[in-house]
Amino acid sequence: MSDQESTIQQGDLTDKEIRKSLKKAERNHRVKAFLLVTPLIIFVLFTFIFPLGSMLHRSISSPTLTQYMPDVARVMQDWDYEGIPDDEIFKTVAAALVETRKNKTIGRVANRLNSEQSGLRSLMTGSARKLQKYQGQDFKTYMIELDDKWSDMETWGAFKVLSNSYTMTHYLAALDLEYGPDGSVQARPEAQRIYIDNLLKTLKLSLIVTVLCIILGYPLAYYLSVLPQSKSSLLMILVLLPFWTSLLVRTSSWMVMLQSKGVVNSVLIKLGLIIEPLELIYNQIGTVVAMTHILLPFLILPAYSVMKSISPDYMRAARSLGAKPANAFFKVYFPQSVPGLSAGAVLVFILSIGYYITPALVGGRTGQMISNMIAYHMQTSLNWGLGAALAGTLLFVVLALYALYNRVVGSSELKLG
Amino acid sequence: MSLPIHASGFEKINYYGLRVFAGLVLFFLIVPILVIMPLSFNAEPFFTFTEGMLKLDPEAYSLRWYRDIFESDSWILSIKNSFIIGIFATILAVSLGTLAAVGLSSRYMPFKGIIMGLLISPMIVPVIISAASMYFFFSKVHLAQTYIGLIMAHAVLGIPFVIITVTATLVGFDTNLYKASLSLGASPTQTFFKVTFPLVRPGIISGALFAFATSFDEVVVVLFVAGTEQRTIPREMWSGMREQLSPTILAVATLLILMSIALLLTIEVLRRRNEKIRGVVNQN
Repeated sequence: MSDQESTIQQGDLTDKEIRKSLKKAERNHRVKAFLLVTPLIIFVLFTFIFPLGSMLHRSISSPTLTQYMPDVARVMQDWDYEGIPDDEIFKTVAAALVETRKNKTIGRVANRLNSEQSGLRSLMTGSARKLQKYQGQDFKTYMIELDDKWSDMETWGAFKVLSNSYTMTHYLAALDLEYGPDGSVQARPEAQRIYIDNLLKTLKLSLIVTVLCIILGYPLAYYLSVLPQSKSSLLMILVLLPFWTSLLVRTSSWMVMLQSKGVVNSVLIKLGLIIEPLELIYNQIGTVVAMTHILLPFLILPAYSVMKSISPDYMRAARSLGAKPANAFFKVYFPQSVPGLSAGAVLVFILSIGYYITPALVGGRTGQMISNMIAYHMQTSLNWGLGAALAGTLLFVVLALYALYNRVVGSSELKLG
Repeated sequence: MSLPIHASGFEKINYYGLRVFAGLVLFFLIVPILVIMPLSFNAEPFFTFTEGMLKLDPEAYSLRWYRDIFESDSWILSIKNSFIIGIFATILAVSLGTLAAVGLSSRYMPFKGIIMGLLISPMIVPVIISAASMYFFFSKVHLAQTYIGLIMAHAVLGIPFVIITVTATLVGFDTNLYKASLSLGASPTQTFFKVTFPLVRPGIISGALFAFATSFDEVVVVLFVAGTEQRTIPREMWSGMREQLSPTILAVATLLILMSIALLLTIEVLRRRNEKIRGVVNQN
């Protein structure tokens, strides 16, 4: 700023020169501001964005066949579902089977193929063992004799799908779809469809939690906003304390309360309302109750801060002009409170869609959501490609919702506490 | 809110109905936290109030679960780890985050929207996705199962909070104060430490508290990225809750609740002080 001012004060500069030096000063400011942010950008790129990108890459990459059986991958790329392949391809496959059996990589290829089409693992390992001793030249006849799966279009379809280093199969699997024997996309057999159901269940539970938060949170936020400051900030502590309390603490206290011998059941039995303890935990009820409790402050806080800014005069005016109380509320007050309410509601919905900890602990078998499915594939089944595709799907849903949230509130309105 | 004199019967019902409903919701919010505290003093390994407890019989209460915590090596280790990782992650997040926030609140900052989105993204992406991504990437670069890896991961999760709180304080920052200080002969460094920093401090501290709380409460990334040596309190609680819920967990939970109360009070005091400073500034 200062050097630019001093140049201007010299007086006899042309318009052009002034503009030039102004531009230069502005550029300096821009560079300075950018330099301040640069270390953090680098840090976030390294610890967050690259990892995220490499996981998304994993969801479409399929290197197994091209890596361990490059010849097979090459010949299968030319094959176009025109019927059982010719002897040349069989020969290539046979050679690859024998070779990968020798260098002990056959297991990886077999596992990968098996995830496309079950039964292929035993086909691969079994045939490889026999082919080792085969002296003849008629590979096609011999292999089909060994196992007639070699004459199935599904088998070759699986090879074809993996012949490229990039594939959509993980995403198709995440949406309960697969490539059919003729290479077209089709629905999976009914018994194998789980992911769409799981996604729908996740959306359903999130919606229930959001609606419950609205029902419980809106009136409370309203009540707090009309109370005098001294009273409301006292009661606000009851909202903020759970907000600041560890997630695991709140989840564990719901585990304690909802157990069959827990506090809720004991109280209900003592009151004579029930005889047998209710099953309140390790199912969807447990998930919904605990998540509603955990996410409720996220609805109350933005709703409250908007309601606080609504002047009571509007309602008084509406009433004095003859509106019935309910009418005045819904026509005058409610529309003004919608920004806060919708901000809170979208926030609760976004957060609950990606919830992992609480469903994992209190959800039992039926209360699991998409995050738990992702964790299962990442940690237990080790089907990383599918896990990554599920994560990509979840990420897409969340980002779409966030874009919506941004349009509703604007990210600058993001407030904490 | 008091009831106006002209209130009709319908409004009276509404008014009292609202009060009762609000009371019940507040009860729902606070009860799980209140229940867990006395139960942590239960002499029996039960998760409900025993007859003795209800009669306030001192025999029915005990500190045995608290003793359990401090006699167990794994709990001690996890407490140590939680503080080490939390403190270093906070330092990293706050130092990088504050610098960036200063840059971001400059009106000359280019690509502000995109960069803000990038820096806030760790808060929006579901944590299971972040954790799984970090697990694969950190394994590749030998950061998995190390303290440094975990500190970096927790710092990146805490950064959005620092950015949001610090930029919020900077947005209301009156640049005339800065100019006045310079014009009265203070050097830029002096101005920063004597004028800018004291005004931004509440934002930095509450950002730091958010970042610390994020790390202190984080378990999913720990599950994926940490080894057995880096087990933290939430990680220890997680395995306790998955296997066999023991009353020791309730004792730990109670201690954590006390910590959150302290945290909440600090944030509240800071907020009030911030408002007060702002108020004085605005009057001038």
